Amino acid sequence: MKFGVIVFPGSNCDHDCYHVIKHILKQEVGFIWHKEDRLPPVDCLILPGGFSHGDYLRPGAIAKFSPIMKEIRKFAYNGGLVLGICNGFQILLEAGLLPGVMMTNRSLKFICDNVYLRLENNETPFTNQGKVGGVFKMPIAHFDGNYYADEKTLQELKDNHQIVFRYSSKNGDITDDANPNGAFWNISGICNKERNVLGMMPHPERCAEGILGNEDGRVIFQSIMKSFA
Amino acid sequence: MDNFKEPEITEELIKEHGLTDEEYEKIKQILGRDPNYTELGIFSVMWSEHCSYKSSRVFLKNFPTSGEHIIQGPGENAGIVDIGDGMAIVFKMESHNHPSFIEPYQGAATGVGGILRDIFTMGARPIASLNSLRFGSFDHPKTRYLLNGVVGGISGYGNCIGVPTVGGETYFNKCYNGNILVNVFTLGLVKKERIFKGVACGPGNPVIYVGSKTGRDGIHGATMASEEFDEKSVERRPTVQVGDPFTEKLLLEACLEVMSRDCIVGIQDMGAAGLTCSSCEMASRGGTGIEIDLSKVPRREVGMIPYELMLSESQERMLLVVKEGHEKEVEEVFKKWDLDVSVVGSVTDDGLLRVMNDGVMVAEIPARALSEESPVYLRPKERPEYLSMTQRFSVDNLPEPTEYTGIFLKLLGSPNIASKGWVYGQYDHMVRTNTVVLPGSDAAVIRVKGTNKGIAMTVDCNSRYCYLDPYVGGMIAVAEAARNLVCSGAKPLAITDCLNFGNPEKPEIMWQFEQATNGISDACKRLNTPVVGGNVSFYNETQGEGIYPTPTVAMVGIIPDINLHQTQWFKDDGDVIVMLGKIYEELGGSEYLAVVHGIEEGMPPGIELDLEIAVQNTCLEVIQKGIIKSAHDCSEGGIAVALAECCFSGPKFNRGATVNISKNMRGDCLLFGESQSRIIVSLDKGNLDHFKEIAGKNKAPFNIIGRVGGDRLVINELIDCPVEVLKQRWKRAIEERV
Repeated sequence: MKFGVIVFPGSNCDHDCYHVIKHILKQEVGFIWHKEDRLPPVDCLILPGGFSHGDYLRPGAIAKFSPIMKEIRKFAYNGGLVLGICNGFQILLEAGLLPGVMMTNRSLKFICDNVYLRLENNETPFTNQGKVGGVFKMPIAHFDGNYYADEKTLQELKDNHQIVFRYSSKNGDITDDANPNGAFWNISGICNKERNVLGMMPHPERCAEGILGNEDGRVIFQSIMKSFA
Repeated sequence: MDNFKEPEITEELIKEHGLTDEEYEKIKQILGRDPNYTELGIFSVMWSEHCSYKSSRVFLKNFPTSGEHIIQGPGENAGIVDIGDGMAIVFKMESHNHPSFIEPYQGAATGVGGILRDIFTMGARPIASLNSLRFGSFDHPKTRYLLNGVVGGISGYGNCIGVPTVGGETYFNKCYNGNILVNVFTLGLVKKERIFKGVACGPGNPVIYVGSKTGRDGIHGATMASEEFDEKSVERRPTVQVGDPFTEKLLLEACLEVMSRDCIVGIQDMGAAGLTCSSCEMASRGGTGIEIDLSKVPRREVGMIPYELMLSESQERMLLVVKEGHEKEVEEVFKKWDLDVSVVGSVTDDGLLRVMNDGVMVAEIPARALSEESPVYLRPKERPEYLSMTQRFSVDNLPEPTEYTGIFLKLLGSPNIASKGWVYGQYDHMVRTNTVVLPGSDAAVIRVKGTNKGIAMTVDCNSRYCYLDPYVGGMIAVAEAARNLVCSGAKPLAITDCLNFGNPEKPEIMWQFEQATNGISDACKRLNTPVVGGNVSFYNETQGEGIYPTPTVAMVGIIPDINLHQTQWFKDDGDVIVMLGKIYEELGGSEYLAVVHGIEEGMPPGIELDLEIAVQNTCLEVIQKGIIKSAHDCSEGGIAVALAECCFSGPKFNRGATVNISKNMRGDCLLFGESQSRIIVSLDKGNLDHFKEIAGKNKAPFNIIGRVGGDRLVINELIDCPVEVLKQRWKRAIEERV
């Protein structure tokens, strides 16, 4: 299958995603510059982490105006798979492709650490290789990962099983201690109603190789590939 | 500015520019006339201590700077070392001390920005950063503000640009109350045949300005870094530059993109002394001249005069010399990244830096004279008097403690020993997915994608040792850095340094400087790790009070097979614990003495390079042969702290240990003495014979001191404590105080 990695000015996990897809998963992949107004033929788009436009104004707030966003919207509308990681998630929120907003971490500091996530929904193209209740260790690295949505939105997210990952303890308990940034309901990843757009704060591309000491992130990429097999 | 009239050159103005009478005479000699205002400004920054190294040059000449893997030694933007497979690593460390004290966030942020540019200007993609930070005592009212600001600045800039900060060191000592130190290091990777240099060749070739617009920020930053602080220093805040990491990220990508084409002759960043320094250094290296037209320089503010344009230290700017006819191609790349790009001049053959503004010549100076013929001083030196007092210290007069666990916990909670998790947790240390050993270890280890290799790097200096004996302290900084690399399984290759000292006009400071650089030189020669670059930061004094001499050493090493890298924590119950090296009855300069007894005296631990080499060679060999399961250097806090770290620093679990060191000496010397050249390793019992054989062959002394197991750390009859209790003290000490 073929992946496309969007490059916004200030993206800095673009090369990491490219590396995992090309050299670990051995799949086709290409970079797509944000000023493009047409998408090449791809099966899955990744909006990578980083600081698009320096996170100036608000993370993702400027990137949503990039010319490529119009095409990404169309692609998602037509059922194409879109994965937003970290800043990519923030952009998807700003662009309205996913509901809710990101606030600054409750510590008011940047956090780079390994955290645990519990899988809440494996009926998505991004998580079909995981078990519900399964716990994954993945790195986070962000300043604004404090997810927030109003009660009505949260209820909809719950009713539609759109909450895909929640921060948990190593044993899968959802506790405040296990919540690194203050995210509402420990939410670390959500999808749209149609299940073809996923946004997550943790970085699966940073934990997909044995040499880095953690391969838990592979489940995301393997699921995507499975859904195209 | 039509109606701006340049000030008259008066004695007072010359003095304000930090130039002495002799230096002014020399300027007149070079020009054959009096300089005008712009020229005076240009000379003053280029001949400032910061840019000219006028007090240190004589000593830096003694450093070993070449070796079989060394592609580029000092004198360029950064040093370059060959790592095989057609690849090279480019690295350098720089200080940003003065600006960080005045405005901690921006000072530290632009320090990171500056060192990153030094690396990518050579064609290398930056892949990892380190930093060495020194703050005043935690009790000092400014310390927490400065700590928060500096760490925030490094985090804000480094994270945004996407270069991981993979390690470093953070120390606290009252000697830094009025002068913090912020030393930043970056390493990049480059293909050997794609190395670029800061050189202006080929008269007629266009000179192109790229990056941010020029503003009035940072004017005389280099001069500020060349004088002592006083109560008025806060007024200098406007001379601290403001960083924009997003623009730097664009500049990085655009520069690497343009370098992948065949159109660049030379490239240099505009750091200290901005447009002035980059243009005259490039011309000087190329044996050419450069003519610049200031009216072409993109500006942020209206009404800037030539003096300001030449001296501005606005960040995120580069100067390119491009092959004639390729201007369009270069322009297109920078426009793609939404950056300013402007042809501002051309290379000439007359050796002059000529500055034009609206058709009027505003400066004309021989480029070589500016960058190479600055005055050189052999300043007077004198052994400081305090040494006769500090060296009188004797352990015999020190009461011997009766209870050790409490003291041990106190030491683990000392900010110099405690976990720096609060610091590095704010740095993205995993972006680029190369970080194999995370921060908090002896050395950071990254893999080199597309090869089987790893690179290890570390930064070290114990300034208390340097204060008590700068020669020995300098040697130990190098030896310890090498030991840290070896513990990770890396062969040390080369160093870069930041030499942070007080006012060089004081003979005692110059003596410290000479001693410390001699120590570094001697150790580097024996350990075969040449000095490939670095910087000197003098005038780290406030109201006459200088810092401890702090020659920070950053060392880089190579791991031939990344799968054979080693980590510091104990792995399995039942493993044998061995101490490589020897233990001496010495406490001088130790963290124990400072924290528990409030004494910073004595002689620092001795260092014998023969022993050091024997220990390091053994350690490297047993790692490469896969015989051992962990290796950890003994440093501040002695063997007790080293063992505790082996017990609790693993990412998954704690391990306990029972240790018995049979040595007839005081308990505090045994536990907390900081004897050098010691490494704690653990291994399966079955490998002990093989280990002994290798240690014997290398003539390295060692002792089997205990076993891994249980959940307590027990040392002789002296310490017996649950590992988790030790860990919590160590882990929380800093975050509880900030």
